[in-house]
Amino acid sequence: MELFELTAHELHAKLDRKETSAEEIVRSVLGRISRVENSVSAFMTVNIDEAITKAKEIDEYIASGKKITPLTGIPIAIKDNMCTRGILTTASSKILRNYIPPYNATVVEKILQAGAIPIGKTNLDEFAMGSSTENSAYKVTKNPWNLGTVPGGSSGGSAACIAADEAILAFGSDTGGSIRQPASFCGVVGLKPTYGRVSRYGLIAFASSLDQIGPLTKDVTDAAIFLTSMAGHDPKDSTSVELPVPDYRRSLIDDVKNLKIGVIKELLGEGIGSSIKKSILEAAELLKKLGAKVEEVSMPTLKYGVATYYLLATAEASSNLERYDGVKYGHRSDEANDLLSMYYNTRREGFGPEVKRRIMLGTYALSAGYYDAYYLKAQKVRTLIKNDFDKAFSKFDCLISPTAPSIAFKIGEKTDDPLSMYLSDIATIPVNLAGIPAISIPCGFVNDLPVGLQIIGKAFSEEMLFRVAYTYEQNTEWHKRKPKLT
Amino acid sequence: MKVTAKDVEHVAKLARLGLTEDEKKRFTEQLSRILGYAETINKLDTKNVSPTSYAIPMKNVFRVDKVVPCEDLKEIIANAPKEDNNMFSVPRIME
Repeated sequence: MELFELTAHELHAKLDRKETSAEEIVRSVLGRISRVENSVSAFMTVNIDEAITKAKEIDEYIASGKKITPLTGIPIAIKDNMCTRGILTTASSKILRNYIPPYNATVVEKILQAGAIPIGKTNLDEFAMGSSTENSAYKVTKNPWNLGTVPGGSSGGSAACIAADEAILAFGSDTGGSIRQPASFCGVVGLKPTYGRVSRYGLIAFASSLDQIGPLTKDVTDAAIFLTSMAGHDPKDSTSVELPVPDYRRSLIDDVKNLKIGVIKELLGEGIGSSIKKSILEAAELLKKLGAKVEEVSMPTLKYGVATYYLLATAEASSNLERYDGVKYGHRSDEANDLLSMYYNTRREGFGPEVKRRIMLGTYALSAGYYDAYYLKAQKVRTLIKNDFDKAFSKFDCLISPTAPSIAFKIGEKTDDPLSMYLSDIATIPVNLAGIPAISIPCGFVNDLPVGLQIIGKAFSEEMLFRVAYTYEQNTEWHKRKPKLT
Repeated sequence: MKVTAKDVEHVAKLARLGLTEDEKKRFTEQLSRILGYAETINKLDTKNVSPTSYAIPMKNVFRVDKVVPCEDLKEIIANAPKEDNNMFSVPRIME
């Protein structure tokens, strides 16, 4: 096996035994990128020279006999909505086409401290608004399993680069499913942590009460390792939570005996493909065979998740995106004769259609006369959805559902129909509204495209998710399949 | 909710968002459809339900009032679309 095909924990073992070097690993991954990136288009920027220089430094550090961390020498891809000091950060928007952050996001700072090697910045739907990565202002990322289909989104570049072995680990961000849905489409592992588990400092804000950073990885073990290193309280993010961070590797236990697992009835009904449903029921059956107590659970408010989300998330986005005014950074229109024309023209030229649509929706929902009917009503429905989860968790240790209602769809298939695109997040959105964690892991294939199983837990129960996901993974082979790319 | 062309122009103005004629036309149709879908939440009775802003309990956080260095001025100003003497330059706002 080539180095670029391995997981972070396998590479760490090799580094620890001095069987390879950080430079060999980085060169292997860069070589892979040079061979397949033309077909996949996962990256906005690849840090070739910086990565090799950094790898050499790491090798000197290792040679000096110092202790290495699980991330030392590991090439990591970073979604291009996370600030990287001195490295172009666009959020895949024209309005940030030339933005060079003067600081690092806290998660970036953490992996640098741990000795990891940033290999590049990945493509996304502009400002993370989308479910297919087709809303990037720069390029369309392809699904490595079938280059005619989308990788999902908005972390499509991060999911695709992991599936294509163009990076060992990747950061994603998830506001309504943006880590889990692309993980499902690309056949990799993706985790959205509990709201507040990971610092959002330096994450370009979309909807601040929903956004959360998390890992995209080749297996569950890597997700546990990566989350351990990125989680924790950060004084720079007042919504990050002051709770100790466990070593999540300890929760990698191959045993689900007597765990109570609920299968969400409403997420196996209308709008969910029959072959997807079959894969999920087979997964449930396997967990039952392994000793879990599996039962159906009804959560009637979940079907209102998408409607609620598109009022709340767009309202928050319309406020967060006010900062792109052409004054301090990014694009400014040449037609800026006075302050108002500078605002109007800069924003007209800088934002793409989906971002404009969401700013319009959010501004509408917050505007005088509509605030109560839309925004406030949606916040109340959010409470009902959260209550539905609380009720389910009084009976179950975790819940399962499909991650997405379908396999990866064709490029261009949904671009003219925003509502149908929004509905592809029907199973992931309620989790963000409730602030709780969920993981997507590969659980089958339909038409040679991956299917994802979503496992949902109560707030701060990531250890439970890792345990169930790990048990499923150890007893199946799906995660070992690789797309054929040449 | 039927969104009119006038609504779209009003909301775009609130958002300081320039739109092309084509976008105005498309958004009028699409916003009506999407808001129509969003209105399905009206089926739920929320009379005695309090709103949720954050799903995880939040409290106000204070920090020590201590001066710490900020990011490098040069790197910040390097991002300015127009700069004058280490300041952001904008079109004149007063006569």
